[in-house]
Amino acid sequence: MQATSSVRESLITGGKTVRDVSEDISRHVENKPNRLWWIAFSISLVLFGFGFYCLAALLWEGIGLWGLNKTVGWAWDITNFVWWVGIGHAGTLISAILLLFRQKWRMSINRAAEAMTIFAVICAATFPLAHMGRLWLGFYWALPLPNTWGSLWANFNSPLLWDVFAISTYFTVSLVFWYIGLIPDFAVIRDRATRMGNKTRATIYNALSFGWDGAAKTWMRYESVALILAGLSTPLVLSVHTIVSFDFATSVVPGWHTTIFPPYFVAGAIFSGFAMVLTLLIVTRKVFKLEDYITIYHIELMNIVIIITGSIVGIAYITEFFVAWYGMVPAEFYAFYNRATGPYWWAYWSMMTCNVISPQLFWFKKIRTNIVATFVLSIIVNIGMWFERFVIIVTSIHRDYLPSSWSMFYPTVYDLGEYIFTFGLFFTAFFLFAKFFPVINMAEVKSIIKSSSEKKH
Amino acid sequence: MSSTGEKFLVGIFDDEDILLHGVEGIREKGVKIHEVYTPFPVHGLDEVLGYKRSRLPIAAFLFGLTGTSLALTMQIWMLGFDWPMIIGGKNFVSLPPFIPVTFELTVLLSALGMVATFFIVSDMKPYKTPRTYDIRSTDDKHVMAIDLAANKLSKDEIGQILKANGASEVNEKNF
Repeated sequence: MQATSSVRESLITGGKTVRDVSEDISRHVENKPNRLWWIAFSISLVLFGFGFYCLAALLWEGIGLWGLNKTVGWAWDITNFVWWVGIGHAGTLISAILLLFRQKWRMSINRAAEAMTIFAVICAATFPLAHMGRLWLGFYWALPLPNTWGSLWANFNSPLLWDVFAISTYFTVSLVFWYIGLIPDFAVIRDRATRMGNKTRATIYNALSFGWDGAAKTWMRYESVALILAGLSTPLVLSVHTIVSFDFATSVVPGWHTTIFPPYFVAGAIFSGFAMVLTLLIVTRKVFKLEDYITIYHIELMNIVIIITGSIVGIAYITEFFVAWYGMVPAEFYAFYNRATGPYWWAYWSMMTCNVISPQLFWFKKIRTNIVATFVLSIIVNIGMWFERFVIIVTSIHRDYLPSSWSMFYPTVYDLGEYIFTFGLFFTAFFLFAKFFPVINMAEVKSIIKSSSEKKH
Repeated sequence: MSSTGEKFLVGIFDDEDILLHGVEGIREKGVKIHEVYTPFPVHGLDEVLGYKRSRLPIAAFLFGLTGTSLALTMQIWMLGFDWPMIIGGKNFVSLPPFIPVTFELTVLLSALGMVATFFIVSDMKPYKTPRTYDIRSTDDKHVMAIDLAANKLSKDEIGQILKANGASEVNEKNF
């Protein structure tokens, strides 16, 4: 029995019953994909193929193919890495933090958001892996494994090694959390397949569901597991982008050596992640006709998260500048002055416009409940967040202490190629997920049908 | 599948609130419920069925503790004793830089250990075929299974109690 507020808007519209939920969500797994899906999937595969060629060439020839030089040793690779990791954060925020806060609106969107997290982290990981050059030796450099160089172990004082542990733990725990959520829904598809007489599908989905039977005792344990995984994932997700920001913050490079990086990076991560969730879900709800499950109300709530995190990021940009001026360190001040007025001024001002000004439009209810406006703004936010990482990374290092070492970064086709590779990988994986996995958590949505669904009158 | 000769009475409930009251009523009449199968977690069902709280949180804590000690031991032994290296003139063993890896391994072992324990205690594995009392239990029906051998009351008496407590259907199921 649940208390229901009459003030809250319905989370599920269209007068759905519990049975409708099974039907509406499972249908996409059971039916053949439509033409739109095939077109989108083919485009992703082409991107993936082209990107894969660039990545293979990079591994064959070495990272000299990138546009890096003596001064700018980190550019697009790490920009893209941080960008993708950041995108992943929204999935964990939705599934873990909103679970701890008992926010029911997470239930229609957590499955797809978690899938996005997992694919985004895979995309992110390709960049540092590729940057190691000789990838096949990377295990020895990145993990504390016994090796033939004496007993030389990995350096646990380095934030780059912390990253290895943070990202791999984050990936593993997110994957487990996501999979635990999928288990009861796989059982739904298994039982529907049994009833339809599709033996192959029933066997596959039974294996995927680990023989789930929905017993009260299992549900009790399951809820306990979900709650603890949420409790573990919450500090985990905050730690991941904190540690990513340590890659910069623990250095002594002006522009990077900043104590506000951890909270600022985490806010930025959630900001860009929610934008990506919106981009994906607006398309998914349209293609799969899920308007009754992912409602305008869901979109509005996500837009509110975007205003909040976007404003935190905006304050962080201003604080950085203030501290650079107030700290009276010439090198530090120059780094920031150069960001806004130097040769990369256009990147800086793109970042400011996309991240600080554009999300403020969501203060208007008309805009934050408008699908087209939300879709456009969600893409603008992600462009802005890419520029943020580019600005932080490249503008801080391209003008070294010695003017004779000053340099510019120009990307090559291989820089672009690997970025395209991750887009291909991300969307290919997401479309496969949308075809073969239930895109909405059926069990959770069913549990709120009685309290939060719009009743037929 | 070969027959095991087990006979069950299966009550079907359409609504979670009726189910919760039904379970209470049925247990008051002295009927032993084998298990209830629901399509989604019904809050309070474990309490009315009289289940003890899960001890999985304890497992999670112990696995987490293992992760913490493993991570600290590994880092202190590797950098402090096995192959000490001077890195920026800092101490060989200092706790702050070891915290991130320690935290991550705590979370990792806690999560993986707890989930593995969950699979083991719930007997969940990819090659398991679960017993289906009613196939609608993953769709929209709450299914109550009553083992006739474990109850003293007759089949008809239990059937009447089920109906009186809100079951919309009562079926027999033999394995």
